[in-house]
Amino acid sequence: MNRQLKLLEYALAGLTRRKGKNVALLLVYAFTIAALGSVLFLTDALRSEARQTLDHAPEMVVQRISAGRHELIPRSYATTIAQLPGVRQATPRVWGYYYDALVRANFTLMGVTEPETQIKDLQGQLPAADNECAVGIGIADIFGATIGDSLVLVDAHGKNRVFAISGIFSAHSALLTHDLILMPEPALRAFFNLDPTVATDIAVSIANPREITTLAKKVRYHLPDTRPISRSEILHTYDSIFNWRSGMMFAVSVAALIAFCILAWDKATGISADEKREIGILKAVGWNTGDVMAIKFWEGLILSLSAFLIGTIAAWLHVFVLGAPALTPILKGWSVLFPPFSLQPVTDPYQILVLAFLTIAPYLACTLIPAWKTAVTAPEQAMRS
Amino acid sequence: MWRARLYLTATLCGILTLTALLMTGQQPNDSADKQQLVAAFGLTDLALFSEARYTRHPSQADLFTAFQDSPGAIDHFPSGSLVVPIPGSRTRSITVLKGER
Repeated sequence: MNRQLKLLEYALAGLTRRKGKNVALLLVYAFTIAALGSVLFLTDALRSEARQTLDHAPEMVVQRISAGRHELIPRSYATTIAQLPGVRQATPRVWGYYYDALVRANFTLMGVTEPETQIKDLQGQLPAADNECAVGIGIADIFGATIGDSLVLVDAHGKNRVFAISGIFSAHSALLTHDLILMPEPALRAFFNLDPTVATDIAVSIANPREITTLAKKVRYHLPDTRPISRSEILHTYDSIFNWRSGMMFAVSVAALIAFCILAWDKATGISADEKREIGILKAVGWNTGDVMAIKFWEGLILSLSAFLIGTIAAWLHVFVLGAPALTPILKGWSVLFPPFSLQPVTDPYQILVLAFLTIAPYLACTLIPAWKTAVTAPEQAMRS
Repeated sequence: MWRARLYLTATLCGILTLTALLMTGQQPNDSADKQQLVAAFGLTDLALFSEARYTRHPSQADLFTAFQDSPGAIDHFPSGSLVVPIPGSRTRSITVLKGER
C-alpha cells in the first residue's frame, strides 16, 4: 500500500513537471467526455420521459390507410372495433395540424370532450363553448397571450375564427403540450371542415394488455385498410429515436470519438524523448520494468480518471442544470416552437460504466504500450534515444 | 506524500459528487400530472419537433411513403435526420410472384 502511494506520489510529481502539456491534455480529454456524456444524459432523460408519460397513451391507435397514406377513418369502424371481444372502448378522435403563417409555426389541434377529472397541469378551464380553446405554454408565449385573450386562426374556408383562450397548460407539461391547441370536437370539425362521419383515427382501450397483439391482428382481419399502432410500438419508437444508433447520438458521438481517437493515437504513437530518457535513467538506477509500468499506469489513470470525473460532472450540469444549451440547436432544427427542458435527471448506470470503459481503458492502453516498449529496451539505448 | 494524499482526496470527492448527482434522478418523480394529461387526451407523442407532421408525431407516421412521411428519409427538415426508422420496419411489403407479369 505504502509502496503504491509512493509510486503515485512519483507519478504526480512527473505530471507536475510537464504541467502545461498535461493540463491541456486533461482539458481536451474532459471536453470530449463532456460532449459524449451530454448526449448520453439528454437522450437517456428524453427516453425515460417518453417511457414514463407515454406509458399512459391509448393501448392501440387505429389509422386508416388509403393509397399508401394516412386517411380519415369512418366513425363506423369504431363500432366494428368496439364489438371485438376484449375491447373496452373505441373512441374516434379528431386532430390535425395548422400552420400559422404569421409566426411560421406548426400547431397541433385536437378535439376534446370534457374529461371526467380536473386536469392538474391546466391553468384555467378546458374549452366548453365552440369559440373557446386551451393552449400550450409555447403558443401562449409566442402570441404573448393569457387566459381570456383571443386567438385568431384561419379555418378551412379561409375565414378568420376567433377563439377565447379558456386555459393554458403549465410549463411543467411543455414537453407534451407546447404546440397543442385543444378545442371542442364539433368546433374542430367545423374548423377543418370535416364530415361528421369521419375521424382522424380511433383510440382503442383494451382491458388486458396481453391481448393487444391479438386484437391488432383481428382489427387488420376485419378492417384490412387499417393500420393498428400499439402502445408498445409508440414506446419503441422513442426508444429507437434516442438510442445509441440514433441520428443525434451518432453524429455527436462519432465527432467526439474521432477527437478522442486522435488524442489517443497521438499518445500511442510514441512517448517523448524526455519521457524515454526518464525511463532509461530509472532503469539505470535499478528500477525494474514492473516499477516503470506501475508509474506509467498511475500517470494514465490519474489523467483519464480525472478527465472522466470532470467531463461527466460537467455533462450532468450542462444537461440538467443549464438545460443542454449546446445540444438544443441540434434538436431544435427548424422548429419555431421548441419546448424548454426541465428533464428528470435519469441516468442509466450501465451506460455510465460503458462511457467510463470506452474512455479510460483505451487511454490507459495507449499510455502503457509505448512505455512498455521503452522499458524493455536497454537503459543506455533508452537514454540515448 | 502530500500530492498523493491530495489527489486521492480530490478523486474520492469527485466520485462521491458524481454518484450523488447520478442518484438524484433515481428517486420517483412527479410525472403523475403528465400521465393524467396523456391518459385524458390520448396523447401519443412528445412535442419535441414541431416542424413536420412525421417529426411531431413519429409514432403515428407511416413508414412506407417514400421521401416524405418516413422518419429517416431524405428531406429538408433537420430533425428528419435525427429521427431514425424503427428497426425492422423495412420489411418487404410487395411480394413479387416469379413468372407472372
